[in-house]
Amino acid sequence: MATTPAALPDTRAKFIQRVRTGDPIAHTITGMAAASILAITGLLLYHLWAGSGLPRETFGWSFVTGSAWDPVAEKFGALPFIFGTVVTSIVALLVAVPVGLGAAIFLAELAPRRASDALTFMIELLAAVPSVIYGLLGIFLLVPFLQTSVVPALTATLGFLPIFQGQFLGVSIFSASMVLAIMIVPFIVSVSREVLLAVPQDQREAALALGSTRWESTWKVVVPYALRGILGSVFLALARALGETMAVTMVIGNKPQLSSSLLAPGYSIAAVIANEFAEASSQMHQQVLVELGLVLFALTVLINGAARLMIYSYKGAEK
Amino acid sequence: MTKTIRNFAAGAAMLALAACGSSEQAPQRLTGIGATFPEPIYTKWFSEYQKLHNEIQINYQGQGSGAGIRQVTDGTVDFGASDQPMTDEQIAAFKTARSSGILHFPTVLGAVVPTYNLAGISAELNFTPAALAGIFLGKIKKWNDPALVSANPDVKLPSAEIVVIHRSDGSGTSFVLTDYLSKVSPEWAAGPGRGAAISWPVGLGGKGNPGVVGLVKQTPNSIGYTEMIFAIQNSMPAGRMQNAAGKFIKATPESATEAAASVPMTADFRVSITNASGDGAYPISSFTWLLIPDKIQDAAKRTVIVDFLKWMLGPGQSMAPALQFAALPAPVLEKELQAINNIQ
Amino acid sequence: MTLSFRRRAVNALMLTLTGVCTTLVAGILLVILGYLAWNGATSLNLNFFTKLPAPVGEAGGGMANAILGSGKVLLVAMLLGVPIGFLGGVYLAEFGAGMFSGVVRYVTDLLNGVPSIVIGIFAYALVVQPMKRHSTFAGGVALGIMMIPIALRTTEEFLRAVPVSLREGAMALGASKSRTIFTIVIPAAKSGILSGLMLNLARVAGETAPLLFTAFGNTFWSPGWLNETATLPQMIYNYAISAYADQNRQAWAAGFVLLVLVLGVNAAARFAIGRTPARGRS
Repeated sequence: MATTPAALPDTRAKFIQRVRTGDPIAHTITGMAAASILAITGLLLYHLWAGSGLPRETFGWSFVTGSAWDPVAEKFGALPFIFGTVVTSIVALLVAVPVGLGAAIFLAELAPRRASDALTFMIELLAAVPSVIYGLLGIFLLVPFLQTSVVPALTATLGFLPIFQGQFLGVSIFSASMVLAIMIVPFIVSVSREVLLAVPQDQREAALALGSTRWESTWKVVVPYALRGILGSVFLALARALGETMAVTMVIGNKPQLSSSLLAPGYSIAAVIANEFAEASSQMHQQVLVELGLVLFALTVLINGAARLMIYSYKGAEK
Repeated sequence: MTKTIRNFAAGAAMLALAACGSSEQAPQRLTGIGATFPEPIYTKWFSEYQKLHNEIQINYQGQGSGAGIRQVTDGTVDFGASDQPMTDEQIAAFKTARSSGILHFPTVLGAVVPTYNLAGISAELNFTPAALAGIFLGKIKKWNDPALVSANPDVKLPSAEIVVIHRSDGSGTSFVLTDYLSKVSPEWAAGPGRGAAISWPVGLGGKGNPGVVGLVKQTPNSIGYTEMIFAIQNSMPAGRMQNAAGKFIKATPESATEAAASVPMTADFRVSITNASGDGAYPISSFTWLLIPDKIQDAAKRTVIVDFLKWMLGPGQSMAPALQFAALPAPVLEKELQAINNIQ
Repeated sequence: MTLSFRRRAVNALMLTLTGVCTTLVAGILLVILGYLAWNGATSLNLNFFTKLPAPVGEAGGGMANAILGSGKVLLVAMLLGVPIGFLGGVYLAEFGAGMFSGVVRYVTDLLNGVPSIVIGIFAYALVVQPMKRHSTFAGGVALGIMMIPIALRTTEEFLRAVPVSLREGAMALGASKSRTIFTIVIPAAKSGILSGLMLNLARVAGETAPLLFTAFGNTFWSPGWLNETATLPQMIYNYAISAYADQNRQAWAAGFVLLVLVLGVNAAARFAIGRTPARGRS
């Protein structure tokens, strides 16, 4: 380290010395990296906006509230897709977060270190299974399994609920939600486990010393300490669920409709873009699909914003 | 520190290795994109052609007719391929974008068949045009509907409800079927109409031909439609369609070629052959086309394309039946050979 | 002091439940890997790794060009996406505060939610249309954009997880802020950051949709970085939905190979960097 000269009368010399430490450079470079993300996303948004001029003029806001989808007559409405995207993502989260967090707690707190490492290693591998293979496995393995074992049990016990009524043909919102849940669980398990592991041991020991059970110390001390990271993993998982394309389109039924039952077929924004973009030959059809991308972007803004507000107010209420 | 340097060196070496191309004569590379239906025969052709002309690599990717039309208009590929002819609008857009015209060259014929899943019935069911339209419109709801029973007196059709399966993705296969239905059913023409992606009155959507076949296989009492090849390869039953001459015809390469032969060909080759009038013609047949710009700047590429087209119309055609594609009828072949001269 | 029955019961129940969750996840994992291995491994042979794809009906084809192509595209993606994400994460964790950071974090989450096919369309407009050609580079740009959000979020989270005492210790010894970050904090978080990188790479390695319009696919070898190239996920997609059983089998084999490759890279990286015992640092 450079030794400080005896006297530093000018601010210029002070400045040079500060720069020598590298701090401003590091600050600038990393700041530029962060800013470039804003630039890239802004550019993407611009492309989505510019590429959807025709339908925005033609339909305006009725695009978001309409339910028709007729490429021949050129009548388009996004509501069924918004519905499908939101419902599948929420149901997937409702399943994946408890299971994922439970597994993360087990792997971080209870399992012997080697077994935990090995299992986590393999679970992270699940994230590498290509989306299209998840789709195939969905059709060949998951849907028959749901048809024979899970759904009959569900309708027998909870069939009075409107969400579990109606005929189950296999491909459905429910099947798509289950596939999504499996796909996003690795993110939750992996990141949550790492964050839990990073919680200092003295936190646990303090809780135990005060007489809590193992579970109480985990749930009431360790998890809140790691909550920020865990929520980060949930956001990652949510984002993946919202944008997942291939696997969803193979098991959701691809029927643009709104339905009160999870067992009915549905459609999602990403799925319809993937299905129709390659063959869309009219200007209007292409631009409508781009506008759907814009709608999904807006949806993500809303959902992320709402989630953050909820967390902020929760944390604020705690204090 | 040394570790970093070592890693750097390894990385640089890998980059150099990956960047070096073939050191001998640079191959002539062309790219094409478009319909997925003819992809098996196109890849076979380009592979065989490369064996004859070692330095010519024609890379074809099947990503959909729409992508083919779009990218050939953008100029990001050398040629396109489509299961449906370009509309006048699209041809005009091409002229504006590339300041040249675009030519259609039919390559092979395909057929779309209704396929179904009925327990205990592996026979080929007969479908009249009205019956098929009624099923896909959702008007005919049960398998033992009089329209189906009268066409199949020897088969015991169940009283189960029909589950309709259609394509969720835009596709040439859907275009051919809806083109046919629009011709034979005024109600269909006024309603869903013809298109690669339409608003289906009833049914579930499967992605791709295998998606439809998969759903049909898994869903009892279902009916879907798919390319003849998929039905054959997956051992699915294929229904017989009643053609304009009143006969129930099975889809085969021969009956498809007969459909093509019985329809007069236009000069620009953009013709639909569904509901053809020939006696043995299969009514849901269609051409598939290569889309070639009529002005090609690069002289070397132009020579390759012209030569390939001539080869395709000659030895290439004989490779089609082995892959269950139907070859073009003779009069069409001759017209095309002449049309090649329009490429400048 | 004995604990109340209720507290002990809850303790036993919840801990068992977490075990159940883990068994569930591990079970699903085994089924998937087993199914892939069963269907895929049986179709593997030497040709798969050395030959170009053969047209339907011809035996002896392989996916050698797709394996190399995937490697090249992923390399470009890592070189583009990881530095931006990593440095951005460093900024948010170490330098940032206030509205700018909040906005960056929010926008990154938005970017993460964009469907992969939309990113592909974006990369097509950004790279392929101006260049008038498809290329490995364009594919790398598309996947690189997808890597940024995960790289940023995981870097930030794991840097934040490093205890303050470590930083304070370094600064007390006279290290500047940037020196502390790069010599103390980042190495302390390297296990988590690496884990995030692997997750990232794994996810992106299996993406098909962004590559359709950018890398395009190729039935032949692709020299350099500016030509179209075949990639494993695209081959899987094409072959899985083809009519021919032989190609379907190859699709499973390719899926299996992809998984094994990611596993291999994962294992090698962990071995090289080494896992630090993260539990109980204080």
